[in-house]
Amino acid sequence: MNALIWIIGGLIVMLAVAWAFRFAAQKATNDKPYFRDMPLGVAFGYVFAAAALLFSLWYFFQPQAVDGVPQPGVIFFRWAVIGLLGFAAASWVFRTVFRNVGTENSKKLFRSMPLTAAFGIMIIFIYAIVSIFAGLIAPYGQEEILGAANVVAGGDPALGGNPEYPLGTDQIGRDIMSRLIYGAQNTVGIAFVTTCLAFFLGGSLGFLAAVLGGWLDQLLSRVVDALMAIPSLIFSLLLMTIATAWAGSEAWLVTIYMIFIIAVIDSTRVFRLSRAVGQSIVVMDYIEAAKLRGEGMGYLIFREILPNALAPLLAEFGLRFCFVFLTIASLSFLGVGIQPPKADWGTMVRDLSQFINFAAFAPNVAVTPLLAAGAIALLTVAVNFVVDWMLHKSSGLKE
Amino acid sequence: MSDLLLKIRGLKIEGRSDETWNPIINGIDVDLKKGEVLGMIGESGAGKSTVGLAAMGYTRDGVRISEGSVEFDGVDLVKASAAVKRALLGKRIAYVAQSAAASFNPAHKLIDQHTEGPVQHGVSSRGESELDGIELYRRLRLPNPEEIGFRYPHQVSGGQLQRAMTAMAMACRPDLIIFDEPTTALDVTTQIEVLASIRDIVEQFDTAAIYITHDLAVVAQMADKIKVLLKGDEVEEADTRTMLSSPTKDYTKSLWAVRSFERPAKPAINVNATPVVSIRNVTAAYGTVDVLHDVSFDIHAGRTVAVVGESGSGKSTAARCITGLLPPRIGHIEFDGEPLPVSYKQRNKGQLRQAQMIYQMADTALNPRKSIGETIGRPVEFYMGLKGREKRKRVEELLAEIELEPTEYFNRLPSELSGGQKQRIGIARALAAEPKFIICDEVTSALDQLVAEGILRLLAKLQDELGLSYMFITHDLATVRSIADEVVVMKDGEVVEQGPKKEMFKPPHHAYTDLLLSSVPEMDPDWLTNLLQERGVDNIGDAAVDKM
Repeated sequence: MNALIWIIGGLIVMLAVAWAFRFAAQKATNDKPYFRDMPLGVAFGYVFAAAALLFSLWYFFQPQAVDGVPQPGVIFFRWAVIGLLGFAAASWVFRTVFRNVGTENSKKLFRSMPLTAAFGIMIIFIYAIVSIFAGLIAPYGQEEILGAANVVAGGDPALGGNPEYPLGTDQIGRDIMSRLIYGAQNTVGIAFVTTCLAFFLGGSLGFLAAVLGGWLDQLLSRVVDALMAIPSLIFSLLLMTIATAWAGSEAWLVTIYMIFIIAVIDSTRVFRLSRAVGQSIVVMDYIEAAKLRGEGMGYLIFREILPNALAPLLAEFGLRFCFVFLTIASLSFLGVGIQPPKADWGTMVRDLSQFINFAAFAPNVAVTPLLAAGAIALLTVAVNFVVDWMLHKSSGLKE
Repeated sequence: MSDLLLKIRGLKIEGRSDETWNPIINGIDVDLKKGEVLGMIGESGAGKSTVGLAAMGYTRDGVRISEGSVEFDGVDLVKASAAVKRALLGKRIAYVAQSAAASFNPAHKLIDQHTEGPVQHGVSSRGESELDGIELYRRLRLPNPEEIGFRYPHQVSGGQLQRAMTAMAMACRPDLIIFDEPTTALDVTTQIEVLASIRDIVEQFDTAAIYITHDLAVVAQMADKIKVLLKGDEVEEADTRTMLSSPTKDYTKSLWAVRSFERPAKPAINVNATPVVSIRNVTAAYGTVDVLHDVSFDIHAGRTVAVVGESGSGKSTAARCITGLLPPRIGHIEFDGEPLPVSYKQRNKGQLRQAQMIYQMADTALNPRKSIGETIGRPVEFYMGLKGREKRKRVEELLAEIELEPTEYFNRLPSELSGGQKQRIGIARALAAEPKFIICDEVTSALDQLVAEGILRLLAKLQDELGLSYMFITHDLATVRSIADEVVVMKDGEVVEQGPKKEMFKPPHHAYTDLLLSSVPEMDPDWLTNLLQERGVDNIGDAAVDKM
């Protein structure tokens, strides 16, 4: 009850401050249109944002430990803020470098790029390098069992760390950093292959349905509807269980089955998109001109339609990649995805999940499962930033 | 305060592109008295609509008024607050957009949208404004004025919708209405009705208006004075009659002269010659509804046959039958005396090559992701089998043929071309197949008059050089007059009248041909008044309602 009164009181005070702020600004700027036509809600937003910023600053400089007891709230908040600022600075540097290095076209691209997109591209770039050269970068093998189990991250012996394993080791003594690096290769690589397959399937069938229409369109669309009607995670879980039984002891076969299962399930979404996009392109006069010229189906789909559908498809590719990636992580978390002992981020989160319980009193122990989860989150955020930027660009070009 | 209602001084407008502000309008003055109609003309891109919107103190996104003032009845709309503008717009200043179909909300009935303004502005109650709406519908000669307001926008025709929109603009009895090309999207016969009713209602309520259009003949009927714009600058302004009879600037004179292009008549057709294309008793249907009824006509070598009619008359359907996109239900198409397979899918490359098509909208007819070289090169490669350097050489020849600099345009994308240039590329793509026969589907109707004239001259030149036959689909009789050898008039899927152009433009006509011919606006400012007297006001089209 008390808290409610505080919240309401705070809001009323902020509203009053907002009104005063607007009034003062109107007087000070002699009724500039911006302040003159400003709704109270916008003024309130400014005041609220300022208050939130002040609170964050204050909280950031709170002591990390009181009487030897660590304050996890403050510590995690600090990490988040430092991480955010660090990434922002890194992407700013990244963008500045590429504004001055590279071909004329790439320079121009980076010049008009928002910071979020630069961040996304930087992260994707780093992930790509890491997964391609995983064998060279990783200090240990992904399946290698080293001496000490459950070494705490941080590398500080006083807190139970070991400088040889900067991110610690898991319950059976494998180096977490090495597993994260190999995990990039497995999880990201498989997700990429799966997404490509889903796009090839969904895209070509979708365009075919758009061009031909009629009974083929009906048939494909109804099949897709039926597939989409089943919740995708449960459906893939079901199919994976069957596939695991089929595969028997061959672990690599499970991975192949998984790629196909996820690709088919995800291609339904791609099918719908490419059919819709295709239909709006098929009615164009240049398609009619190509048909009347006597062009074949392949030329129509890949040379006339595809280039025009590329922008929305590319954007969808980014999003779909995230979903596939998360599905694989979820399946691995549930135990039917990428098979141990191969490193995989989803499996790593599951295996180490009980350490989350330490969050309240030992932040550097709790961080172990969060590293893999963070790696997933970071890539997802990065891809989405890039996708947003591409969507914005392609829609901006059309108008 | 004088009797000036709208006073625009030194108006400069800028648009944002490539991160900089570029000028769109470079200082324009407008004076408008109460009850006066100003016609604003110019090509597309001249900034007519931008000025029209600025007269309401409004700019589109990414556009700003950088300098100057827009004084409406003493209030400067550029500096006015949002609240002040809100009180004026809709109530004292109203706007009628080009496409009424796109401007009405399809989810609400006409009368609901009509009454919104007056009720919002507190001019009248919902009931009063409903009655007033019906009254306005009657004055605008809409059919069934009591009932039409209770329909949804898709249930009325384009011309009626445009009048309903004018009624909506009149709902608060504004002092100023801005008409932005209100009749451009309409057929000539419908245009007359809209023009007449707009003119009447503006006169009746003594409303001032800015009438934006690119059609000189239309503006001559509507305006008291005319302002000519070119690329954001004013060319000249004068009283309508003065402007029409003695324009002073070269640009204005060239606009006035556009309609003078006319091809010399060709010798009569040899009756025994086999026509290039011959449409034989074609009846075609969409689904189960027949849209063409027993249509027959011939197109001879080196001739242009213009197919004329309103939208919905079946002219484009006839073209679809010829190309094979819509196989006729009865009848067939003969090419050089040989019957063609009905569907394009059954025709061989040679047959497809001989008949090419040029489209109305060059924007949708060219693949936006393909360069000009690729677009024109594809048929060259596809039909002629030329590759590499030979192909490039042929494409460059074709570009030269359509009067575009080959090296400059080869690698450009369609988005880097103007409307007229895009249409030329469409022509080049058709020529690349080296056809005998080209269907031109309203190729000039989306273009400005000067540009359209250039396209017509080019088509005529190509016909003389290459001996092409054209089927020229159009609703614009001025175009027919300038390019056609023979004319086919269509209505409701039937051929009403056909014959050589000379005979077609001379009486006696079929009643429908007469209606079409007399509906084409002329440059004479008294033309509309005279025409309405001749026809009797009650007779214009479907709006046979008693004169108020």
